[in-house]
Amino acid sequence: MKTPRLMWILGCLTVALLGLVACVAPGMPDAAEPMAEAEPEMVEIEYWQYNFEARVLAMDRLIEMFEAENPNIKVVHNSDVPYAEYRDKIAASVPAGVGPDVATLFYGWQTVWLDADYLVPLPEDAFPTAMIDDEFSPLVQASFVDGTLYTIPTAVRALAMFYNKDLMANAGLDPESPPTTLDELASQAAACTVRADNGDYEVQGFVVDLAAQDHHWFREVLVRQFGGEPFSADGQSVTWNSEAGQQAWDYLLKFKTELETGDRDLFDGSTQAFLAGRACFHIDGSFRLGTIANNAPDLNFGVVELPSHNGVQSTFGSYWTHGITQKGASDPARLDAAVKFLQFVTSDEAGSIWVDMVGELPARLNAGSDPELLADPKLGAFAAGLAYAQATFFVNESDQRQALIDAYDMVVLGGEDPNAALDIAAETVQDILDAHYSQ
Amino acid sequence: MRLTLRQRQVLWAYAFLSVALVFFVIIRWYPALLSFNIAFRDWNTFKGAGPWVGLDNYAAIWDDLWKPRSDVRAAFTNTIGYVLYGVPAQMVLALAVALLLDRIRVLSTLFRVAYFAPYVTSAVAVAFVWNWLYLPQTGLLAQVFDLLRIPEQPFTKSPDQALASIAAVAVWQTLGYSVIIYLAGIKQIPATYYEAARIDGAAGVRLFRHITLPLLNPVIVYLTVLSTISFLRLFALVQNMSPQGTGGPLKSTTTVVLEVYRKGFSSYDMGYAAALTVVLFFVILLITVVQLRFLTRRFEY
Repeated sequence: MKTPRLMWILGCLTVALLGLVACVAPGMPDAAEPMAEAEPEMVEIEYWQYNFEARVLAMDRLIEMFEAENPNIKVVHNSDVPYAEYRDKIAASVPAGVGPDVATLFYGWQTVWLDADYLVPLPEDAFPTAMIDDEFSPLVQASFVDGTLYTIPTAVRALAMFYNKDLMANAGLDPESPPTTLDELASQAAACTVRADNGDYEVQGFVVDLAAQDHHWFREVLVRQFGGEPFSADGQSVTWNSEAGQQAWDYLLKFKTELETGDRDLFDGSTQAFLAGRACFHIDGSFRLGTIANNAPDLNFGVVELPSHNGVQSTFGSYWTHGITQKGASDPARLDAAVKFLQFVTSDEAGSIWVDMVGELPARLNAGSDPELLADPKLGAFAAGLAYAQATFFVNESDQRQALIDAYDMVVLGGEDPNAALDIAAETVQDILDAHYSQ
Repeated sequence: MRLTLRQRQVLWAYAFLSVALVFFVIIRWYPALLSFNIAFRDWNTFKGAGPWVGLDNYAAIWDDLWKPRSDVRAAFTNTIGYVLYGVPAQMVLALAVALLLDRIRVLSTLFRVAYFAPYVTSAVAVAFVWNWLYLPQTGLLAQVFDLLRIPEQPFTKSPDQALASIAAVAVWQTLGYSVIIYLAGIKQIPATYYEAARIDGAAGVRLFRHITLPLLNPVIVYLTVLSTISFLRLFALVQNMSPQGTGGPLKSTTTVVLEVYRKGFSSYDMGYAAALTVVLFFVILLITVVQLRFLTRRFEY
């Protein structure tokens, strides 16, 4: 029989394969090999942000300037990942031992990333607490955890209201006096809506889209305007389902259930509808100015501060912020390069370039208080809003957002009682908060 | 060492086959085995290997299964829904199409290609095209409904219709494969059986019931098992056809595999996600064994 020999060969092959498998045990690959000390050492750091055209172009420009100033540092810019997959890709990169040394994240994700030990504290000597307190927007305080700074932004943003002047004029509204109160927003949105005979929307007055910015509008603006507070003073309890919260919730739902001024399922969401000239009013951040400039340059629009109610003015302030990852901190040369890079992209100069290209206001008060900026007809509304902006402390931004989206769907799609749906969402978010604070 | 020609040929065959084997072992089997290990650990996706926690992850899944609004409960309920909608629809439609395709001679290749094309199309591309077709107000289906004076339907935007809408796309996408297998099965049935039956006076439905269907039994069993497995593993269509890929609206379309992905890469709980895959593995194994046991029949002629 010849089989034994064949079996023997096969056996060897199997053993070899198993050996191979044993070799691919997971683990972080070693840092880049140390190079000779004599030459000015080239350090390469990898920077990631999600794909948002205006931000990508602005960061390309900043990197170019940074590399010119620091010829021994090379920054690899990865901006290919779409928003929806950005966090998933980051998470997947860690066990693979790859991924960014410096990453840009929404400030609301910081808690989750810190729970996972993904970010390292920023060195105190490079970013002294006193300097942050004095020179940066107060919103940036949300990046401190127990007095330690973990991330730092180039820019901050607030929400304001965009309005389409042509559509307002078509509806017989005065394009120079957009709504300044919630009641005016409701009546003007209803007046601006145009529907075909079969009920199809041709022009949507105002589209409530909680998956976009409207969940922030509800929490930090509407709830306060109806006399409530979104969270308890220590931030550990949900209070946006109080009586004031219910009134705010009813106001939000009214646009869909009573006034029928639009439907977020049309035209690919509220933002796209506004860009396409299919929506009269739209609540969004200043970053949308960059999008409009790039994708809908002919749109005839204006921007005003968010409508007030009961004399209360509020807006949601937030920021995308930069942090250094465990991988970035794993090698002293790279950590040093990453710190220099962060110092550069959070400088006055970077902030000024950023506001020009992206529309987000500089996080540094010095650059942000430029009189020219405040007088800008579009940016002015956002700059004014920063004075009274409120930032939510998020434990898990996406799950907290999803809870409100689900509550909205329960009412609009499932016919649930509005208050019951709001309570369910509050309960879901309270569980998220409890799980975090009990750790 | 002198080898005969045959031995050398066999050796070469193994050498070539081993390339695929290496791929399977490293890319599929090793991670699959690893997930059994991960399932017993408190494993944060960012942090990597965590402490051994025994059956904690399974206990958490069990608890979640009984919570009325949990993602996992919705995922299992929906997955069963997809199988119940999808498998029978697929089996019946594919058989009907195969019987029709077997009849025609003119342009038969063209038709076969047309039915098979979706199967070789990327699920993401399919999802995007169907998203556009389903689009309210501006989508093709909405416009056709308008023309026919039928009320527009919300399709994937409504928790009542979303699951069926996605299941329909899944059926459409994989129909071609079942059709081809059915066609092969139909061709295998000797023409003499039909001739003999016709001489005995049988026709039409009776030929189908007493010859075609019983003789297709092995094909039907094979396709049922395969399509059940594919519906149990539904992921890409749901991820690309639900709002923000969350399996909504209101968790009405989420599947077990989508929850595995979301727990592992959005909630960063890889241990829980791995335990969920292990549960799904045993569910698939069980269903397959049961189907093979009860669907396989032996006929004597």
